[in-house]
Amino acid sequence: MTFNLILPEIGHFLLIMALFIAFWMGIAPFVSKVREKHPIVLPATLFILILIAFAILTFCFLSDNFSVKYVAENSSINLPWWYKICAVWGAHEGSILLWILVLSGWTLAVTVFNRWYQLPENMLIRTLSVLGWIAVGFLLFLLLTSNPFARLLPNIPSNGQDLNPLLQDIGFLFHPPILYMGYVGLSVPFALAIASLWLGEWNTKWAGWARVWTLSAWCFLTIGITLGSWWAYRELGWGGFWFWDPVENASFMPWLSATALLHSLFVTEKRQTFKAWTTFLAIISFVLSLLGTFLVRSGILTSVHAFASDPSRGLFMLIFLFIVVLIAMILFSWRIHRLQKTIHYAFLSRETFLMFNNILLFTIMLTILLGTLYPLIMQVCHWGKLSVGAPYFNTVFSLLMLPVLFLMALGPLTPWQSFKTFNADQSQDFSHTIQLVFCLSLILGLLLPWLFLGNIHPAAAIGIFLSLWIIIATGIMHWKKRHWGVFFSHLGMGVALAGIVVSSSYSLERTLIMSEKDVATLGPYLITFQSLKTLQGPNYSGLISTFTIQKTETQKLISTIHPEKRYYPIQKTVMTEAAIDPGIFRDIYIALGDQVQNNDHDWVIRMYYKPLVRWIWAGGFLILLGGLCAIKKRFEKLARARSNMLK
Amino acid sequence: MTPRQKKTRFIILLIVGIAIAIGLVLYALKQNIDLYYTPTQIAAGIVPVEKHCRIGGLVLKGSVHHAADANTSFVLIDIDNAHKTTVFYKGILPDLFREGQGIVAEGYLDQRKHFIADEVFAKHDEKYTPPIMENEK
Repeated sequence: MTFNLILPEIGHFLLIMALFIAFWMGIAPFVSKVREKHPIVLPATLFILILIAFAILTFCFLSDNFSVKYVAENSSINLPWWYKICAVWGAHEGSILLWILVLSGWTLAVTVFNRWYQLPENMLIRTLSVLGWIAVGFLLFLLLTSNPFARLLPNIPSNGQDLNPLLQDIGFLFHPPILYMGYVGLSVPFALAIASLWLGEWNTKWAGWARVWTLSAWCFLTIGITLGSWWAYRELGWGGFWFWDPVENASFMPWLSATALLHSLFVTEKRQTFKAWTTFLAIISFVLSLLGTFLVRSGILTSVHAFASDPSRGLFMLIFLFIVVLIAMILFSWRIHRLQKTIHYAFLSRETFLMFNNILLFTIMLTILLGTLYPLIMQVCHWGKLSVGAPYFNTVFSLLMLPVLFLMALGPLTPWQSFKTFNADQSQDFSHTIQLVFCLSLILGLLLPWLFLGNIHPAAAIGIFLSLWIIIATGIMHWKKRHWGVFFSHLGMGVALAGIVVSSSYSLERTLIMSEKDVATLGPYLITFQSLKTLQGPNYSGLISTFTIQKTETQKLISTIHPEKRYYPIQKTVMTEAAIDPGIFRDIYIALGDQVQNNDHDWVIRMYYKPLVRWIWAGGFLILLGGLCAIKKRFEKLARARSNMLK
Repeated sequence: MTPRQKKTRFIILLIVGIAIAIGLVLYALKQNIDLYYTPTQIAAGIVPVEKHCRIGGLVLKGSVHHAADANTSFVLIDIDNAHKTTVFYKGILPDLFREGQGIVAEGYLDQRKHFIADEVFAKHDEKYTPPIMENEK
């Protein structure tokens, strides 16, 4: 009992210690005493302190320690243990603690992996210093405005208020930590960029090293967004995979910026150009992560995700964001003249393609930023309350994506600098391949929808053509060359595009009233409402229904699925658990809606037939695979360079 | 081509690109901004008919009705309880939708001053207070 009472105080104390360690790391470049220590000491201590604090909070959840306010507000005795673990990041305080844990993890990784890259001592210590200052900011934020170890003493509640039922889903176990790994991982290229500006020494080795870290963060971000989209599809019961919700945008903007950064780092490393722009992008990517954290955590948005609202928190984040941007931009404009260097390349060259990639991705990011912030700015300035609807994002995003998608198939095939570097055979080969791919994707783009989907939808036809264009071009060219990074990631874009286009244009949706034994048709399927039973879960009660899916022509039973309606008594919340029969080529999605009044057996049922919807997430995983291949290749290269050096 | 010409070309390209993007954004924004109204404003007649917008209010207790064709209707009131608007919606109401709670509906006002919603949002934070209401005046 006393142990449980003291433990949270230890956690609190560890966080205060961590603040001091982070501060030491921050001032290391200025204080010779600190500088002389081995650089791994401070990051390792910081990581261990925060890890123990995090473990203590997790233990408080597992042991139902309701004397901790945060535990009492987000857990309950009957919550299954795995949800108790993820309840740690279920609300504001814990998710900021997770943020800091991830940051200290990345900081430690930078130090440990430095033996691979051998950054000069003064560069490493400055990189760590920047990361240290970020940790100081967030630890202050945690301790001053949102202490996870705040207590409810002496009146300890006997039970907690339970975790938000919306978050009680398997997707929630992985989605936030992975997304945070991505968000926070962008702090490393940021710190490297700031450190190099600070030193004023710019060598292209920086780009190679920053690329490894950008790739790692980008991989996590990619998979975090993919999992988030899958979770929204399963859990929110609207059958959609992307809603242009401000919080989704908050994770998508850093992704776009990081994708641009990856490509621009590639140019910087290979061709020693785009330096200023690359540095700028590294700064912007992290600023967007911070902005995302601010948008989500300040409670400024009325969104499905915004589970926090406290003005002091928002103000703190805003000031922190402002300071980061200010310092970064002052440094940048002070040093920019050292980064500018003209390197010649012809218009038709890979440099140009990558430049277009960057301009377009950056523009897309800005349009999303505008759409996300516009209602906020209007409201803050008292110019009226309004919202920017999904059609805005859909129109602008798809139009601006058209050139990106068209060019991304060509870019990797073009030579650096100029086509003059190609000999006659290579040039001919290049133009033949492009003609072949173009014709093939045009024919297949019209043929496939006509054969398998029945009709040709003009907007979808463009999408399917582009998707085939990317898949075929990437497939032909990179399979032989074994450039697995670009192969898988560009292929993944093609696959995801096919999924998005086909599932949005060819979905079927029906909302109808059904009672037991009723039959409805959905595309080529017969859906039968077989039965409805009561259900008792660990911390909820509810109803479970049984639906069978048959092929209309053959009457063959395809699948039996069970949509549920759950009632969580502690939060007095009803949750609709949709049931899905997944497939490679289509999903069938059934949600049990409300009961019709004054009638015991009639229910509102919503069903969807979604062709190729799985391809969206499959594409996300392929993109991840591409990123992993690229990281592996870089490490192989580094290993080779090291062994050469040792010889 | 001299580096100077190249730079000029790059700048021209950039400006054209930005101009197209801005044009597109302004056009798309103009089409897709949803203004936010309350039942009082609807009663006062300042809400344009058959134009896409959002309305917000509290769901009147006991007003939710499911018709046989899966059409759902409910009544929205202001906090001061003075004015009412009937909302029609075909689909499944969100899980957080409850009578007496604040919700936002997206759709348009028809000739009879009924609101035809194509989306209903019920949102609240972890502390269970509807945050939508406090900004209304």
